[in-house]
Amino acid sequence: MRIILHIWRQKDANSPGKMVRYEVPDVNEHMSFLEMLDVLNERLIEQGEDPVTFDHDCREGICGACGFVINGIPHGPQPSTTVCQLHMRHFKDGDELYLEPWRAKAFPVIKDLMVDRSAFDRIISAGGFISVPTGSAPDGNAIPVPKEKADLAMDAAQCIGCGACVAACPNASAMLFTGAKISHLALLPQGQPERRDRALKMVAQMNAEAFGACTNIAECEAVCPKDIKIENIARMFRDFISASVLKRAG
Amino acid sequence: MSAAAATWERTIRFWEASVGKKVVMAVTGAILFLFVIGHMLGNLQIYLGPEQLNAYGAKLHDLGPLLWAIRGFLLLTVALHITAAAQLWWMNRAARPTGYIRQSWVQASFASRTMIVSGPLLAGFIIYHLLHFTTGDFLSGGLAYTADGHIDVYANVVNGFSYWPASVVYILSMIVLGYHLSHGVWSMFQSVGLNHPRYMPWIRRFATAATVIIVAGNISIPVAVLAGIVR
Amino acid sequence: MGFELNAKIPSGPIEEQWDKCRFEMKLVSPANRRKFSVIVVGSGLAGGAGAASLGELGYNVKCFCYQDSPRRAHSIAAQGGINAAKNYQNDGDSVFRLFYDTVKGGDFRSREANVYRLAQVSLNIIDQCVAQGVPFAREYGGTLANRSFGGAQVSRTFYARGQTGQQLLLGAYQALQRQVAQGQVQMFPRHEMLDLVVVNGRARGIVTRNMITGQFEAHLADAVVLATGGYGNVFYLSTNAKGCNTTAIWRAYKRGAGFANPCFTQIHPTCIPVSGEYQSKLTLMSESLRNDGRIWVPKKPGDKRPPNEIPEEERDYYLERIYPSFGNLAPRDVSSRAAKRVCDEGRGVGPSGNGVYLDFSDAIRRLGRRTIEERYGNLFEMYERITGENPYEVPMRIYPASHYTMGGLWVDYKLMSTIPGLFVAGEANFSDHGANRLGASALMQGLADGYFILPYTIGDYLASEHPEREPVSKDAPEVKEALDRVAGITRRLLEVNGKHSPDYFHRELGKIMWEYCGMSRNEAGLKRALELLPELKERFWKEVKVPGENEMLNQTLEKAGRVADFLELGELMCLDALERDESCGAHFREEHQTEDGEAVRDDENFSHVAVWEYKGDGERPQLHKEPLVFEYVKPTVRSYK
Repeated sequence: MRIILHIWRQKDANSPGKMVRYEVPDVNEHMSFLEMLDVLNERLIEQGEDPVTFDHDCREGICGACGFVINGIPHGPQPSTTVCQLHMRHFKDGDELYLEPWRAKAFPVIKDLMVDRSAFDRIISAGGFISVPTGSAPDGNAIPVPKEKADLAMDAAQCIGCGACVAACPNASAMLFTGAKISHLALLPQGQPERRDRALKMVAQMNAEAFGACTNIAECEAVCPKDIKIENIARMFRDFISASVLKRAG
Repeated sequence: MSAAAATWERTIRFWEASVGKKVVMAVTGAILFLFVIGHMLGNLQIYLGPEQLNAYGAKLHDLGPLLWAIRGFLLLTVALHITAAAQLWWMNRAARPTGYIRQSWVQASFASRTMIVSGPLLAGFIIYHLLHFTTGDFLSGGLAYTADGHIDVYANVVNGFSYWPASVVYILSMIVLGYHLSHGVWSMFQSVGLNHPRYMPWIRRFATAATVIIVAGNISIPVAVLAGIVR
Repeated sequence: MGFELNAKIPSGPIEEQWDKCRFEMKLVSPANRRKFSVIVVGSGLAGGAGAASLGELGYNVKCFCYQDSPRRAHSIAAQGGINAAKNYQNDGDSVFRLFYDTVKGGDFRSREANVYRLAQVSLNIIDQCVAQGVPFAREYGGTLANRSFGGAQVSRTFYARGQTGQQLLLGAYQALQRQVAQGQVQMFPRHEMLDLVVVNGRARGIVTRNMITGQFEAHLADAVVLATGGYGNVFYLSTNAKGCNTTAIWRAYKRGAGFANPCFTQIHPTCIPVSGEYQSKLTLMSESLRNDGRIWVPKKPGDKRPPNEIPEEERDYYLERIYPSFGNLAPRDVSSRAAKRVCDEGRGVGPSGNGVYLDFSDAIRRLGRRTIEERYGNLFEMYERITGENPYEVPMRIYPASHYTMGGLWVDYKLMSTIPGLFVAGEANFSDHGANRLGASALMQGLADGYFILPYTIGDYLASEHPEREPVSKDAPEVKEALDRVAGITRRLLEVNGKHSPDYFHRELGKIMWEYCGMSRNEAGLKRALELLPELKERFWKEVKVPGENEMLNQTLEKAGRVADFLELGELMCLDALERDESCGAHFREEHQTEDGEAVRDDENFSHVAVWEYKGDGERPQLHKEPLVFEYVKPTVRSYK
């Protein structure tokens, strides 16, 4: 099948960008979306043109490197699927697709469809951990964790940090990402000692990174490739409120 | 640091966080939601006749300083709600300096995406509504009074809504209010952290039901006036 | 030049060796640690855990990764689980049993002392990860759940759904980010290591390319750790991430680090088959599917009927036929080779003819669709997402694919390579899996190296060798040479201006490697490959096309450099495979098999680690041998019939 692409091309962070039209005439329905771009890029390379830059790595939907917006939807039209796992059989001959990078002040474009998501790393650095230096752990079974809690924690911990939630949110809010990490650790007994501090610090970092606020429209959970739910945002609110009210000054 | 200073600092920190502002929006939103319900219940007394409604109005007015305290409290609530909303709006706009050329939505409702439109419209409506029925500036002939010197609420309502453009504005505004509440009511639970898969569906149902009742209840009044049922 | 291999295995009974070693190692006092700097390349389980632990101890750590965040290292894709000899199930597990299973699973080509230590340390790993908040699967009573895995008769595998690697990596990543916040670790994402700086025979730094600006930078330190993963992408198609590469270890090899057992590469039997020339990677389907799925191909070659139209009597359930006692659960190497054999006979299925059916219809009939859905629902979904076929109705098609490399840089007991000061951890080293790795052991090894071995052995090196007493400046001739070398390679790549993309050559390389150095190898084929590979390398340097320049984000340039190294590594693999004239584990030489196609080991001549020393471009590398001694597990014939 033939696919027409309009791709955001931007040389580097400081240059202006624009949409450029490409045609890929020989798309096989079993290709993944990124493989279709590989075909385009191979052609561009052979013509001596600069290929389209996009982040990708594992190509099995777990590393979180890939992602861009296809016709206004992060990771494209298939629910619970990253672009590397999105296959061309979901499109039809002659489709025109607009590919744009994640758009957020906190995610500046590096080149073409590639953005800088280091803000996420800094949010984790602010408190998204349990302080347990190597060697200081008690026996694994010393702290029982109810299965239900472990399962819920796992649901939240599945976040791959791809940034689709930020891209989908009209406010470029990172609350689903931050809420998921806060939830993961807050649901486990191991996460309790630092729970309040964690919520305050991660929320503060989120603000410092210029992410927007949540308006509860839940577009983030609709595009999340790992089905992270906005309940995790509510849990972050809960922890933030109790930390603000109860935490001793200092 | 003194305890007072610490509390002040904590309050500031709370307010400065996007999450804190959202909580303020939720709490003030809840207060205004309760006010809207109370207001509607008061207004519906119009169906019980002029005596009942006017007596209710008189009772409120006779509260004196307490009435002003309540008004001040509501005004502060509205001010906080609007300030937080405006600041969040600025922050949100700044967070996405470049928009998408193609934009689609997967599950975001129309109401949720247009809170920033319905909000200011409602603010405008509130001013208009106050000038209409509280001060009487927009009421043809001004406020009417009963024999004992109290405001003749009933007569004012009938007078106000008999002028059909005023009714249309009121009805449209209630529809806007409906949109605002349909997203706002469940949202305020989410924003204070009350979301659980077991009870969230009930919160959503409650939000829808409350919205429908408020909108229908309020709209019924101008309709009743224009239809000649209340006169 | 030239190196001596000294594994430095502590003396004494195996249970006491690690304790003894730890006691004998020199320590750096807490106050002095901040005077030392350590470079860690790679941020996966080994690198991330190592960098975090070294940071916690107080060393100044610089950690590098080519991804945009340390959280994306390919450890994240491991599905199944992590082994530990906890014996929580009371089923008779012990440190010794895990040690025994691993040595046997590796077909007696690993170092006993290392494996024993791995089994010992496995206990601490689980504790550490639980404390970090890794959401392992739990029983209803709140205790940790276990499952069983290939090559073991006990349940010792801990898991977090099908995303164990992800959760363990996020645990290490969070610990790492905590050190970043404290200033103990400086993180350099989107930086690719392109050379090793060796001064006075010791590893003293690395040269990196900033992948955004193209700038070459020299980073100096008192010790260097390479935790850069495996080289499975030499086959082009593999289950590795697209970015996984051999460049870091390959360039260290060229600076004098010995490369051990390069031909030991593991092929995983259950991957989704290739669907076309454009295919960019292969996706693994968990081995657990073989518990209920039956593997078959048509009896008749070239039978193109849809599977549901092929009657029962015309199907060949070949694993059940050849290996009646293990059947569909035969080990990875055995079932991979069987699949290749039936496909070579022309009985393969699917459009390419390279695939076999994994059929669940019997299981669905027997257990009901719901049970199958509970057990494998997410895997079935993943399969359907990729292939567009519904495995509840049509049998899955699977085919083996390159998955893991047991070979890697040679290290001694303390994980130090033949270059003093250069440590190698995780899949990048060769140490623990011999000729075949058991399921759920890779995660264990990565974390063991990173959390519990490197932090001690690096301290020992720093305290006894005192590299800090010979400070190296950025103007040192060795640094300048390394920078020039890297700039030279880059310039050459850009100047060729040929006609084919780097991927084109990578695919060609993959075809040669898969054909001649893949699941089974023979002398003629390997010799053929050793003719083809230099030709391909020559063509590469004449015909590759890299648009753009160095001073920009240039993914084609990154790729070209990696392919250049893979081309050279391919040759070394073939050479090693040719030299190892026996079959063992994943290395199957067709000349050495029993009548029914089982591997035949030659312990007399090949019970050693083959370590290759670089002797210059175009020169034959020199082979060194580290003899392997088995005192605790006596080598036996592996049989799965």
